Amino acid sequence: MYKNCNNNMVTSLLLFQPAVSVGNVGQLAVDLLISTFDMPKVGYFYTDCLMPMVGNNPYATTEVNSTELSINAEVYSLPSKKLVVLQIRSPFVKNKYRLFCQTLLSWVKSSRCAKVILLSSSHAYQRDDQQLHGTPLRYLLTPAIQKTAGDLMQRLNWKEMEKIAAYPGANDAEMVLHIPGGGITKLLFSESCSNGIQMAVLLKFCSEGDNIPDAFSLVNYLNEWLQLIRSEQSSDAKATLLQWKIPRSWRLLFGSGLPPALF
Amino acid sequence: MATFFGEVLAVPSRAGVDDDEEAALALEREETPEDREIRRELEKKREVHVLWSSKLNASTGNFTDEQFPCSKFIMAIGHNSVAFLSSFVLNSGCWEAVGSVRLWNEWCRTSNTTSVLPTDTFCLFYKLISDPTVLLCQCNCYVAEDQQFQWLEKVFGCMREKDLQVTILSTCPVTDYKTPESTLTLPSPFLKALKTKEYKETVCCPLLEQPNIIKDLPAAVLSYCQVWQIPAVLYQCYTDVIKLDAVTIEAFKPVLSSKNLRNLVKDVSKSAEILKKLVATNEICNNIYT
Repeated sequence: MYKNCNNNMVTSLLLFQPAVSVGNVGQLAVDLLISTFDMPKVGYFYTDCLMPMVGNNPYATTEVNSTELSINAEVYSLPSKKLVVLQIRSPFVKNKYRLFCQTLLSWVKSSRCAKVILLSSSHAYQRDDQQLHGTPLRYLLTPAIQKTAGDLMQRLNWKEMEKIAAYPGANDAEMVLHIPGGGITKLLFSESCSNGIQMAVLLKFCSEGDNIPDAFSLVNYLNEWLQLIRSEQSSDAKATLLQWKIPRSWRLLFGSGLPPALF
Repeated sequence: MATFFGEVLAVPSRAGVDDDEEAALALEREETPEDREIRRELEKKREVHVLWSSKLNASTGNFTDEQFPCSKFIMAIGHNSVAFLSSFVLNSGCWEAVGSVRLWNEWCRTSNTTSVLPTDTFCLFYKLISDPTVLLCQCNCYVAEDQQFQWLEKVFGCMREKDLQVTILSTCPVTDYKTPESTLTLPSPFLKALKTKEYKETVCCPLLEQPNIIKDLPAAVLSYCQVWQIPAVLYQCYTDVIKLDAVTIEAFKPVLSSKNLRNLVKDVSKSAEILKKLVATNEICNNIYT
């Protein structure tokens, strides 16, 4: 359930949320969004579907705000751009991911967001021969958003996530959506299609490892569409890269320092 | 993931929903009534039961329909934290056992008795005889991820949370602590704290720095308090000793000066003796020849 932590109502045109997926790329991308725009926290998504975790403010910029407690699922907002962001920080409790999807979509409908953008990823090693070439970035649009965003995707020359044969080799006629390593991406997308929710999925093929570059790729991809950050040199990807602010919580991603005696 | 020799290995994914789980769900949809019954029985077996004794009723009034008032809830999770409260707080003899949690999971089954050893698995509640709104919880069992929310709802659901303050003590391995230096160079054990927004008192040790986080039941309790605006503080002791250890237990001593605990400590001089006995008893229990 959603619980406000101040008296502001959550109203927005755009809701961003991550899927807990391979490399945690969606979550890292959402971290970049919250950190770059210094979004204040507006509420908690309190649920028994995610494993509990707490820590001090991952986006701290001063001594004072570094002591604010954060939990496993929180909502941030940027009223000036009418953005709301849900960040998820822990994996699902076993067998609870379906319930989480239902609760999440129910909240999305009740908060009356115009559009939902789901940031996700998929296993790079499961790409077929065609997908191995070209961009590793893909999109998906529900029928409800197809009308408003479909043309723009064409103009941006983006690639739609390909469907695969349901029974490869046996029957190539029946094609299905398959997002291996995408966590709840496919379920959220399918449910949004059935419920008339305007949802766009942006995902990147990647592997587990240092996924920071993947997160930057994904937010730059998002930025191509929504122009959240305007780069001063128009097509300079490097300039855009430098403007995303890395949060404090990205320190020590691969553990503590090494004992000197090791060497 | 492809290895050096070219074979493809299935790598555990952080996605949280593996394709194996999807396949398992597909099987679930085909499960027989007997399979469904077994699954339901297993879910029932994993239910958390909180049993309050009539002593709590007697002092605070009948709360079968209403909640009982609670001004202080002090909780120890894990054997070192539990031993700390046993030696330094419960030793005063002013406490009475008023409840227990009964649960089962793959790692433990709680015992029903209130006279427990450090090696036993239990979750017990004590009330302060002179002020029945002060409740202490000794949790020496592992509460699994699917049981934590149930635990919270059933325990906090019984309390009237007006003016409630919560203190949680817990331990974890020092290897979980992230620092630019190696953890081998850290002077463990050491204490770190996390507090909710509503907690305005002074904390007894430095706050836990990012990117460190807390998980499991201590995190569940603190999250609950943060969301429902209850003043709460968690003291986490990072230690390099897994078993019951006097040095680790004594690392919690700064907490005795906190507002919630200072009036509950009667005679610290006796505590050292009780602590020594507790640790010695545990060593005897762990002896393979007994």
